Amino acid sequence: MGIEIVSKPEALLYEGVDWDYDKIKRVYDAVEHIALKEMGLTVYPNQIEVITAEQMLDAYSSIGMPLMYKHWSFGKHFARDEMLYRKGYRGLAYEIVINSSPCISYIMEENTMTMQTLVIAHAAFGHNHFFKNNQLFQQWTDAEGILDYLEFAKAYISQCEERYGYAAVERVLDAAHALMNQGVHKYPKKRSLDLRLEQKRERERQEYQEQTFNDLWRTVPKPTAGQRPPKSVSERKKLLGLPEENLLYFLEKKAPRLEHWQREILRIVRHISQYFYPQKQTKLMNEGCATFVHYTIMNRLHEKGMINEGAMLEFLHSHTSVVFQPEFDDQRFSGINPYALGFAMMQDIKRIAEEPTEEDRQWFPELAGSGDGMAALREAWANFRDESFVLQYLSPHLIRKMKLFSVRDDAEDPYLLVEHIHNERGYRSLRKMMARQYDLGFLEPDIQIVDVDLAGDRKLILHHRVTNGILLDESDAKAVLRHIANLWGYEVQLVEVSAVSEAVLKEHAVTAPSGIV
Amino acid sequence: MNIIDRRLNPQGKSLANRQRFLRRAKEQVVKAVRDASGKRGIQDIENGEKVTISAGGVREPSFHRSSSGGVRNYVVPGNKEYVEGDTIQRPDGGGGGRGSEGSPDGEGEDDFRFVLSREEFLDIFLEDLELPDLVKQKVKQSESHSLTRAGYSVTGSPANLNLVRTMRNSLSRRIALKRPKPDEIAELEKMLKEAEEAGEDPEQIQALREQLERFYLRSRRIPFIDPIDVRYNRFESVPKPIAQAVMFCLMDVSGSMTEHMKDLAKRFFMLLYLFLKRRYRSVDIVFIRHTHEAKEVDEETFFYSTETGGTVVSTALEEMERVVKERYPENEWNIYAAQASDGDNMSSDNAKSVTLLRDVILPMCQYFAYIEVAAEHNMGLSALGRETELWRTYKQVQRPDLPLAMRRVRSRREIFPVFRELFAREKAGA
Repeated sequence: MGIEIVSKPEALLYEGVDWDYDKIKRVYDAVEHIALKEMGLTVYPNQIEVITAEQMLDAYSSIGMPLMYKHWSFGKHFARDEMLYRKGYRGLAYEIVINSSPCISYIMEENTMTMQTLVIAHAAFGHNHFFKNNQLFQQWTDAEGILDYLEFAKAYISQCEERYGYAAVERVLDAAHALMNQGVHKYPKKRSLDLRLEQKRERERQEYQEQTFNDLWRTVPKPTAGQRPPKSVSERKKLLGLPEENLLYFLEKKAPRLEHWQREILRIVRHISQYFYPQKQTKLMNEGCATFVHYTIMNRLHEKGMINEGAMLEFLHSHTSVVFQPEFDDQRFSGINPYALGFAMMQDIKRIAEEPTEEDRQWFPELAGSGDGMAALREAWANFRDESFVLQYLSPHLIRKMKLFSVRDDAEDPYLLVEHIHNERGYRSLRKMMARQYDLGFLEPDIQIVDVDLAGDRKLILHHRVTNGILLDESDAKAVLRHIANLWGYEVQLVEVSAVSEAVLKEHAVTAPSGIV
Repeated sequence: MNIIDRRLNPQGKSLANRQRFLRRAKEQVVKAVRDASGKRGIQDIENGEKVTISAGGVREPSFHRSSSGGVRNYVVPGNKEYVEGDTIQRPDGGGGGRGSEGSPDGEGEDDFRFVLSREEFLDIFLEDLELPDLVKQKVKQSESHSLTRAGYSVTGSPANLNLVRTMRNSLSRRIALKRPKPDEIAELEKMLKEAEEAGEDPEQIQALREQLERFYLRSRRIPFIDPIDVRYNRFESVPKPIAQAVMFCLMDVSGSMTEHMKDLAKRFFMLLYLFLKRRYRSVDIVFIRHTHEAKEVDEETFFYSTETGGTVVSTALEEMERVVKERYPENEWNIYAAQASDGDNMSSDNAKSVTLLRDVILPMCQYFAYIEVAAEHNMGLSALGRETELWRTYKQVQRPDLPLAMRRVRSRREIFPVFRELFAREKAGA
């Protein structure tokens, strides 16, 4: 009785709150063992960097990247975050993690040892595994190249500032930032960001221009009008590759009055936007995955006797506040917490795989009872994005548990309508609607460049396809159009068209800027 | 796993971004700073300041859907009693549980608040202010030159010879070229002498002699100190601006000065004080307050003690004259004066004041600013053009070519504009 010890209890990894490098190393090794050997995760090599609160603010304000070109909007975010932080309105994130290889996780010196353990499990293994294995990231981002590329971007933009002045560069960057959400190829091929190639290409373009510059060309007589018959509209559109939803791409390639360096800046902003596109599409899964991983690992550490009760309680306290989901009538409610939903869904998947109910067997015939929860999760993490993940895995069990219901808000009606609730009739619709809430294609307005008459007045025409009668925010749309007009150099028109009836709902127009950008 | 300590990396990577942001928001920041300085005590200005600017110039627009109109669906958690088909009263603001919508920088809609550091605040607060006519006096002597050590040179006057450096060069050269040391020669000489005396093998003596000969030759060829060893201290003359000024603050503290007036005067002087502190490397400030007699006092007493008595302005001018004579020779100091008063003066003193001002004070001043502080409710009188005793007196002196400026201040709000007017760069012939 009790003579056979199944597994020898391990020694405590640390005690108390203070951290030092030895403890971090010990904790890292223990966490790594659980993550790789027991949970079967695969990760990029890890690099952990200790930073101060101020550096954390720095990192925040330059959209989390360790290297970034300079722009006032980052200063603005820094100023705001700093004020909120100093006044205690907002705490700082415990960590920032960067999708690069090696995967860089920032940890703050202010954290306790337990928080450092949590952060290592969360960022260095949870996020890292997700970055490495999710197909969106594999397909669209280049973890090896990003830091080099940002280095190039930073240097290039600062050179431009020297050559052309802050103001000129700022104008282009402002315009590019305004169009960042419209600067994404939604179905791109993977393009690797190779710093050397990028620089070489850049240099070659410039050299070619310098070599071929000949002032004489200015004096060559222009063909008189009428020599070439005007092309038909469809032919013209085809030549320009219209319609085009990637506005930044179009302007970079086709805007007639941009200088070479201005195009290059648009290109940089577009690349960065593209790099972050998968992150936007997988926020729910990414945070859910990291949260699930840290939860599992911390519990394992405790089971094995490697962290004590105090550490476990501290961990549970911060874990529960991270996955807290206020209800809709709660003052604190501000939408669905991706940590909470993601974590809950992943626990649910594990449950369905390992201890399914009759209902689960009906809803998830392949998954239910498959036995290995971790394997099911790894597969989900690798193959889905938020929208399809919810559509695939949100179970009736969880819908009931969260008491989800859907509300229809029609501006024409004086009240809101409860459409579906968590019952037999509602499950499928709720799941579908919930998935829609994560569909970027649906969340972001559908704006495309549809026509431009290059031979005529060069007016650029954009269409917004309006769904559910929701128009664009007018003042912001006007401001963005002015930015577009600055880049394009000629008049720009935005037409809001109903996606159902093709009827024109609203038009905005901005005249050509007087001077060249 | 790599673990790297980044804490020691240079701080403030965000500085460049912050500066770009300030430049961008300049117009609004400037306005906010002016507003803030009107509302607050001037002492507070020395610290940084929270300023609120409107979002206008620093908004980052993007295409996003309007928050009103159309048909929307939300899935939200926490249903308690609703069943399908229930209707809910629309909450104020049309919110009803908005999913994760809203523009990425929705906060941009609000006013934007942030803290300026002290330096940033003062830079903006005092920008394009300039003490007038700094150049006029002492154009030639506005800079003095002083010599600063600037390394070594191979030429120079013997007085600047740097012995240590020279000997170090010499020593290393001697070691490198293997110059025989004096004791080596001495020893060889001794050996030779002993050998000769002992009458040893003539061949050996010959060898010693030859070696000694070589030593002599070598130490003649390789001098103890060679011209190439010599180094001189090099001095560079560095221009040093004589940025020294003295500011005289004259204030009437007699009974007729109300608290409000004193407050205005205090604020004006504080502003000057701040301004001077930034403008000059060395600034002296002399505080003179007067009733029927004038006294030089320290800053604390000047601003915070009370006294009553009659008003005799000329005493203050005399006191100023005395201080200048004693401590601030006119050819070395830029002298400025600002006088704050409610305009009351003994009628009998007016003539004396005029003479003093015209003949003594103005000739030695770069600039003399007279600030007349008035009670807030006094607006009507001034609007009618009623002039005070002192105002009328000083007006006799005022001529375009004299550095005398006169302004009235009634409320706190006016202090800064008046101050700017008086000290604005490129004053148009005030």
